[in-house]
Amino acid sequence: MIESLAFYMFATITVASGALVISARNPVHSVLFLILAFFNSAGLFVLLGAEFLAMILVVVYVGAVAVLFMFVVMMLDINYVEMRQGFLQYLPIGVVIGLILLVELIFMLGGWHLAPVLVVSVSAPMPAPINITNTQALGQLLYTHYIYLFQAAGMILLVAMVGAIVLTHRKRTGVKKQIIVDQIARTDSVELVKVETGKGI
Amino acid sequence: MLEIGLGHYLTLAAILFTLGIFGIFLNRKNVIIILMSVELMLLAVNINFVAFSAELNDLVGQVFAVFILTVAAAEAAIGLAILVIYFRSRGSIAVEDINMMKG
Repeated sequence: MIESLAFYMFATITVASGALVISARNPVHSVLFLILAFFNSAGLFVLLGAEFLAMILVVVYVGAVAVLFMFVVMMLDINYVEMRQGFLQYLPIGVVIGLILLVELIFMLGGWHLAPVLVVSVSAPMPAPINITNTQALGQLLYTHYIYLFQAAGMILLVAMVGAIVLTHRKRTGVKKQIIVDQIARTDSVELVKVETGKGI
Repeated sequence: MLEIGLGHYLTLAAILFTLGIFGIFLNRKNVIIILMSVELMLLAVNINFVAFSAELNDLVGQVFAVFILTVAAAEAAIGLAILVIYFRSRGSIAVEDINMMKG
């Protein structure tokens, strides 16, 4: 009972904030609603028993991706009011395609049921939560059977990081910078003076 | 109705995915919102994966959700970096202005 109520609450807030993400006037509000949607999906993941993924969703999506979006939204100097003009121009085709997709998905889900062979051919059965936590079970799978994929994911992140830095890095002209090597290597303007007692230089 | 099963989660994911598609069509002038819509769609896919993982009692679905999360983070970083350099050179992020791909 309480689980059903929690599901309906999380699901309703997720869908509502998803709708507000795409329709909010101000992109900053969009990002904030995206964060709300991520938090509520993390709640759904907890309901499904995937605690590790729920925490990762909060840490990675809310803590990194959404904050990155927020940075970019605030960094770009764009007139968002002007951008909203012609907003409803694409509404009809968007509604048509969205409805077609939703109806297709509903038809597919309505006529679909689990193949009986799937239930017996589980590749990595989930251990009972009494013996082992979700994080531990996931780690035991990820660091053994999926170690190559795990390393590949690490490489993807490394390449993404290098790519993002290379793309956005720029040499700026007209900026005065301290060059420490030149500073300590200069000799012409520095001299050692012997000062007699009682006299200035 | 009160018993929450796989169908509920799949319906939720379908609605979220449709919202993502809808957002791409609605916000043709703002690439940032389009990227956010892509994130919403990836979130819907993740909900599907985790729901099936819980239903089939199979942990592999969660492993794949972790990888999807990784790729989504990389995609967001690269996409926003491209967006920033595009804005620097053109001063606009509208999709209809992005039509000169010859550099």
